[in-house]
Amino acid sequence: MSTAAARTGPPGTAPAPDPRRPPGAPIPAGRRPPRRPPLPEEFSVKVLKDTGIMFQRQMAPTLRNPLFFLVFGMMQPVLYLVLFGPLLSGMPGPLGADPMRWFVPGMLCMLAVFGTAYAGFGLLPEMQEGVHERLLAAPVSRTALLLGRVLRDVAVLIAQALVVIAGAAAFGVRPSVPGALAGLLLLAVLGVGLGTLSYLLAMVLKAPFKFSGALQAVIMPLILLSGVMLPMDLAPGWLYALSRINPVSHVVDAERALFGGGFAAAEVGLGAAVAAGTAVLALALGVRSMHRLNA
Amino acid sequence: MIHTRNLTREFRTGGGTVQAVKGLDIDVGAGELVSFLGPNGAGKSTCLRMLTTLLLPTSGSATVAGRDVVADPDGVRAAIGYVGQGHGSGGDQRVRDELAAQGRFYGLTKAEARTRAAELLEMLELDAAADRPAARLSGGQRRRLDIAMGLIHRPRLLFLDEPSTGLDPHSRANLWEHILRLRAEQGTTVFMTTHYLDEADAMAERVVVIDDGRVIADGTADELKGKVSGDLVAFGVADPGEAERAAAAARPLAGADGVQADGTELRMRVTRGEEALPGLLRALDRAGVGLTTVRVQRPTLDDVFLTLTGRSLREGDG
Ligand SMILES: Nc1ncnc2c1ncn2[C@@H]1O[C@H](COP(=O)(O)OP(=O)(O)OP(=O)(O)O)[C@@H](O)[C@H]1O
Ligand SMILES: [Mg+2]
Repeated sequence: MSTAAARTGPPGTAPAPDPRRPPGAPIPAGRRPPRRPPLPEEFSVKVLKDTGIMFQRQMAPTLRNPLFFLVFGMMQPVLYLVLFGPLLSGMPGPLGADPMRWFVPGMLCMLAVFGTAYAGFGLLPEMQEGVHERLLAAPVSRTALLLGRVLRDVAVLIAQALVVIAGAAAFGVRPSVPGALAGLLLLAVLGVGLGTLSYLLAMVLKAPFKFSGALQAVIMPLILLSGVMLPMDLAPGWLYALSRINPVSHVVDAERALFGGGFAAAEVGLGAAVAAGTAVLALALGVRSMHRLNA
Repeated sequence: MIHTRNLTREFRTGGGTVQAVKGLDIDVGAGELVSFLGPNGAGKSTCLRMLTTLLLPTSGSATVAGRDVVADPDGVRAAIGYVGQGHGSGGDQRVRDELAAQGRFYGLTKAEARTRAAELLEMLELDAAADRPAARLSGGQRRRLDIAMGLIHRPRLLFLDEPSTGLDPHSRANLWEHILRLRAEQGTTVFMTTHYLDEADAMAERVVVIDDGRVIADGTADELKGKVSGDLVAFGVADPGEAERAAAAARPLAGADGVQADGTELRMRVTRGEEALPGLLRALDRAGVGLTTVRVQRPTLDDVFLTLTGRSLREGDG
């Protein structure tokens, strides 16, 4: 019994107490204590392992009820595909000739935005109840607590995107296969960025009504200015300019190019850079905040 | 195991700052079982959350299991178990999985975590519910799952924030059996908060009473009760007028302290209630007071609290 107790503690990863602050010395009021720089921890094996455990934990309910989670969140893009997409055939030019080839990649981006930006809603009840706190009291990497959640949401997103692509293919909208694979990767990167920001926002705002209010204020412009519904080229100059500030619009352009097999297109490079930039920025912010917000 | 010096925490709220914990100095040795007792809002949870690295102190310091909570939070986390005041299990998580995942977070291998989870589920009589999502447990079952999660890695030091709230008497007794066994087998130090006075009284060797962010008493239950002078003797009478008359008759009696009429009851404190009772009865009889009931009660922790603060700990009483 007692030997097990000794065995269970993780091996001596704990650094020595801060030598600058002898035990018992008061922390000056209103000042954060010096934190170890997050870098060493963030790239350790422990982070990977903990992320794996957290990912599995998050994934378990989904795997027990896959159909529900697959369909849940997919309704909006699917309805747009079925009830709105066909309208585009009335458009002049090449768009009207083959509207779905243009429309499907955009709907995948919409799926990514709705699927990951609302992710924080899964955390709110866990924060209110004490689940998040219980996890924070464990010797788990703070990064893993965030990343495990994000990766589950991205996994669900990719599964949903595959269903949409397969469905569209069944109706004759066949993308280039390598293009679609690259497109999925791009979606995942976008999802990591948006999902991380969503959890971050949930942790800061805490109250569900504040969180949903803030989301609406952010997501509607993100979608409207992304060009998923109609080409932004149709927009007046100022609106077009606004859409260019929206990172999602660049990802949408890149997805369209990729699904057409155009790897070399300038849109692809820009979209990938924007998605990767968002993800890196969000993760840096997220990891920092996990340490700061949660001691 | 636990040493705090001038541990203080303020919260900034819309209106201003709330001083939840004010300069706490607590020392708990290895193997002690300490009960942290105090009314709602006294600062118990805030203190526990600082000791378990969930909150940074505003000032002061705390060492837990030999590690500084601010400088080495990971070291503290690995050494302790924590059962918070709220539910720690995700509602859509299956009981068995959630418990095993908790074990893995504390460094158990997959196989170890599974075995240990099964062991705890049986110990806390949750095996029948093990394959349900946590949301489909009863309140008490879910609380037992929280406790199982706190015990999964056999911590040397266990923090429990109102562990027995919501448990039926059987489960409470069961919980205590496990906690006491854990102590006996592994010398686990237990630091817990509770609202159940009888529980603190019966289980903890040491009771720390906290009120308004400050420790106001610290000692064994008997030591604390020693602060209250004497046993409570209460006589029931027919009506409030009679109680007042009885009080007037009792006040001059030797050894009767704090005589007061409260509704249809006459109360006083006397040393050795049983021995004083016959004399009191005779005296009241001589004064022509008609008594309906008699009650003698040893001091409770509530009396201690009442003596120290002038307020009662019991719900609805103060
Ligand atoms: N996050 C917070 N923000 C602002 N005030 C807080 C916060 N947490 C606690 N408080 C305040 O600090 C004080 C102490 O709260 P705490 O939760 O520690 O009490 P407690 O002794 O655990 O009470 P209970 O028995 O009700 O659990 C209370 O006045 C409470 O309102
Ligand atoms: Mg509390």
